[in-house]
Amino acid sequence: MREIEAALVTEAVKKITMEAGVRLEPDILAGLGKARDRESSTLAKNILDLLLVNADIAAREKIPVCQDTGVAVVFIELGQDVHVRGDLGEAVHLGIQAGYGEGYLRKSVCDPITRVNTGTNTPAVIHIELVPGEQIKISMLPKGCGSENMSGLTMLPPSAGISGMKDFVIRQVVNAGPNPCPPLLVGVGMGGTFEKAALLAKKVLLRPLGAANPRQDVAALEEEILAGINEQGQGVQGLGGNNTALAVHIELFPSHIASLPVAVNIQCHAHRHKEIVL
Amino acid sequence: MSLPRNTPAMMDQMQEVKIPFSEGVGESLKAGDLISLTGVLFTGRDQTHRRMMALLDDGAELPVDLTGQLLYYVGPSPAPPGRVIGAAGPTTSYRMDVYTPRLLELGLKATMGKGARSMHVREAMVRHKAVYLAAFGGAGALLSKCIVAAEVVAFADAGPEALFKFSVEKFPAVVINDVHGRDYYEMVRTGKDFPG
Repeated sequence: MREIEAALVTEAVKKITMEAGVRLEPDILAGLGKARDRESSTLAKNILDLLLVNADIAAREKIPVCQDTGVAVVFIELGQDVHVRGDLGEAVHLGIQAGYGEGYLRKSVCDPITRVNTGTNTPAVIHIELVPGEQIKISMLPKGCGSENMSGLTMLPPSAGISGMKDFVIRQVVNAGPNPCPPLLVGVGMGGTFEKAALLAKKVLLRPLGAANPRQDVAALEEEILAGINEQGQGVQGLGGNNTALAVHIELFPSHIASLPVAVNIQCHAHRHKEIVL
Repeated sequence: MSLPRNTPAMMDQMQEVKIPFSEGVGESLKAGDLISLTGVLFTGRDQTHRRMMALLDDGAELPVDLTGQLLYYVGPSPAPPGRVIGAAGPTTSYRMDVYTPRLLELGLKATMGKGARSMHVREAMVRHKAVYLAAFGGAGALLSKCIVAAEVVAFADAGPEALFKFSVEKFPAVVINDVHGRDYYEMVRTGKDFPG
């Protein structure tokens, strides 16, 4: 059994927190560039250029890409053959607190009733999954809530089928309009249970932007929904054009014979994510 | 500080507007206009509004006189040493809809954020001859370059939700709602020039 000090986890979380806040990953930059090249509206093309300039300024000058540096969503794939010496949850929270503090990232987490800010951007939302092996993979997804607020979940009857699912996803994006900062990444969880669908929709945002689901029928569905969204013409920032979404990522999980849960997690164009393996 | 040289040409072609508006300027703006703002504005988001409403409910005065002013919905990230402010792009405006008509009644002439406003707010804007602008969402690093001075005026303990006063230079925005009741998002969506 491999042993890791909790302090190492804290250091790693701090590092990826600070990087994620100011630096868009290559998949996102490429996605924005591709959108720019296929954009039909001059205004939208200009705004996409401006977003690329924004990303450049952020990375060079270490200013957050967006002032909403999010609630910290942390996915941990914990190898079964590694033992963390100390408190893993506490280690993550300390890393978040240090990263948001030292990185001059905005602290946006507050009590849901009193609305008093916790001042540290903790607690983070942590999802731990046990996997084989002796490594720890930590994925940091600082989730802005302009887009998070536009997300939704429905429990469809199985008779609604694929067309019901498609309609729900497209309606969710169209109803969101300019609020979530399009062009979007649309995460869809289909199947499982109420909470499983939501978790799938969130986790699938971590798939490299535009990488298709390995199942061919699902990949086709991703393309079809993306086209369905983009032909609505809302476009970048809701100001028109053919790039309301950059990609649709769908993840499936078998569901009960009575049930077809569908969750849509909307992510803005400032899609920040950062992974590290210990 | 101004924008870097590699910004799109669009940024140089925007109509320059001084804030707070001089007489008649707000009325001259049309839905869909690209403008760049220079002057002074105040900021506020969820808790800022809640606290301002609490003051008004108590019959107290607001910490600043909003008559004729522009209120920008933003919760900036903290300023690192040597900088005026951190990232400072717009937050989603609908969350302020419930508070906006009351501030328009007090003489507020412009609000700026991102996303559409409620019908209730749109009607109040027509009634009070006020406009609503959209700043570019998710461009907070770039927009911070257009903010040349920033100070907290009230509610400092609310952190990013404090009420700031910003001096801005050539801060880019799009007119969404004009005083004639037109809504640019709606015009884009329906493909027609919507007469309020």
